[in-house]
Amino acid sequence: MNNILNEIGIENYIFLSTILFSIGVFGVLYRRNAIIVFMSIEIMLNAVNLLFVAFSTYHQDAQGQIFVFFSMAVAAAEVAVGLAILVSIFRNLGSIDINKLKNLKG
Amino acid sequence: MNTLIAIIGLGVLCLLFEIFELRKAIVPVTILGLLAVLGLDASEFNAPEAYYNNMIIVTKFSSAFSGLFIILTIFLVALGHKFYENQPSKISDFIAIKVFLLAGAVAMVSFGNLAMFFLGIEVLSIALYILAASSRLSLKSNEAGLKYFLMGSFASGIILFGICLIYGAMGTFDVTEISEMSRSAELPVWFPIGIALVTIGMFFKIAAVPFHFWAPDVYEGAPALTTALMSTLAKVVAIATLYKLITVMNAEISEGFQHVIVIISMASMTVGNIMALRQVNVKRMLAFSGISHAGFMIMTLLSTTNAAGTLLYYTSAYALAGIAAFSVILYVCKNTENEDVTNFHGLGKTNPLLAAILTAALLSMAGIPIFAGFFAKMVLFTQTIQAGFIALVIVAVINSIISVGYYFKLILAMYTKEPNETRTGTPVVIYAVAVVAIVLNIALGMFPSLVLDLLAS
Repeated sequence: MNNILNEIGIENYIFLSTILFSIGVFGVLYRRNAIIVFMSIEIMLNAVNLLFVAFSTYHQDAQGQIFVFFSMAVAAAEVAVGLAILVSIFRNLGSIDINKLKNLKG
Repeated sequence: MNTLIAIIGLGVLCLLFEIFELRKAIVPVTILGLLAVLGLDASEFNAPEAYYNNMIIVTKFSSAFSGLFIILTIFLVALGHKFYENQPSKISDFIAIKVFLLAGAVAMVSFGNLAMFFLGIEVLSIALYILAASSRLSLKSNEAGLKYFLMGSFASGIILFGICLIYGAMGTFDVTEISEMSRSAELPVWFPIGIALVTIGMFFKIAAVPFHFWAPDVYEGAPALTTALMSTLAKVVAIATLYKLITVMNAEISEGFQHVIVIISMASMTVGNIMALRQVNVKRMLAFSGISHAGFMIMTLLSTTNAAGTLLYYTSAYALAGIAAFSVILYVCKNTENEDVTNFHGLGKTNPLLAAILTAALLSMAGIPIFAGFFAKMVLFTQTIQAGFIALVIVAVINSIISVGYYFKLILAMYTKEPNETRTGTPVVIYAVAVVAIVLNIALGMFPSLVLDLLAS
């Protein structure tokens, strides 16, 4: 495993994660369907998880991999709450288009 | 550590009360339990210790701030008794979520490891998403919940990326080890980037300009009690955590970082105050006022060696005034559709006591003497001048004067306009919470050294 990392180089993992993270950020900023926005947030979190595992191997240290479990559990709880909010919006509004949520302005 | 365990036990107990059909007892028992936890926390104040391989480190800083959070939670739970009376079957959930939120808050100020910090911030945030969207049938509350959820998880993602880069640079999550290594000359470039990302994420949670745009919408849409929680407890937790993160991890704060802090602080104060001037909704106005107060609180980051006491004092003064103001708002806007200033017309004639409390709370936020807000600002400005940031203090003083404008708009509406509706009922709990909060605020104003010297090393 460590040989592969040496051959590829840790920088490339950082670039890949940063690209994935940026894709997630732009998804959150520009997509208007709430489900797609949720998926973009997941991409952001998973990009970070990938980098955690890469750094964990780079440092020969298991803490990073354990942190991934924490962040996966947290992400699951977060999305569960988010989907529950989405369901109640869909019941009230009949749509999950973020552009239709414009009651709060001022 | 025992504080944290006791809080979580109390949360589980709240859920058990639902099973045994003891719903009426939940609020009193929780308040008594939290008072006991407060005593436990006080007993830990002089016994700093590290637990579980430095996962949790109890220090004077963490136990003092935990005490403040517990007091705020007691007030918020007490207000919940009246606020949730129409939903008796859900009261245990609401109270339990608030207690778990407190557990997250305590974990956030007593972390010794970045994993604990991340878990704490997520426990706090997820509980807040639920509370913000908790008025299920109201579209406004739903919208506030979704907006808060999206911004919150976006910020969590950024914080997580920052933690990851710090780990990559240092090879450990332990903050004391990170702090030692950050003094060495050669650091990978990832480390400052990681610190910057974590700081940006925390600025999102504090709602400092330019990361503030979610705050007014969320504060307006969320149920009033949740708004009270967000503008007092959640803001105080976030700023205390940011302060701790900056002090423990980044031993030598660079000049560039200080410039950024100065600019964000100035921008938060100015934008918050100017936007607050043109609001008619009181919750929205207090949201912008909270943004400007965030700017003041960020000033403590400029003198990290000795500002912990100042930060504790400022946050206590701000949060107690906030609790007093929101308990009056809860009473006035109980049956109204919105929270516009017109609802407050003539409150000075119908409920003189509540009007006086709201006036006192707003004067404390504006920084008028005898209230704690004035002394908090005075100490903060003195300290910032000593650190050598005179321009920032001048901007802050000008902003304090601007802020009087919109606070007085509400005070004038209460005393000079005729009442347009009759207000009935005198809810004892709301009166009690408002009176105790404002008395504590004035007591802090009279004896500032009580809190200021608490964290002097």
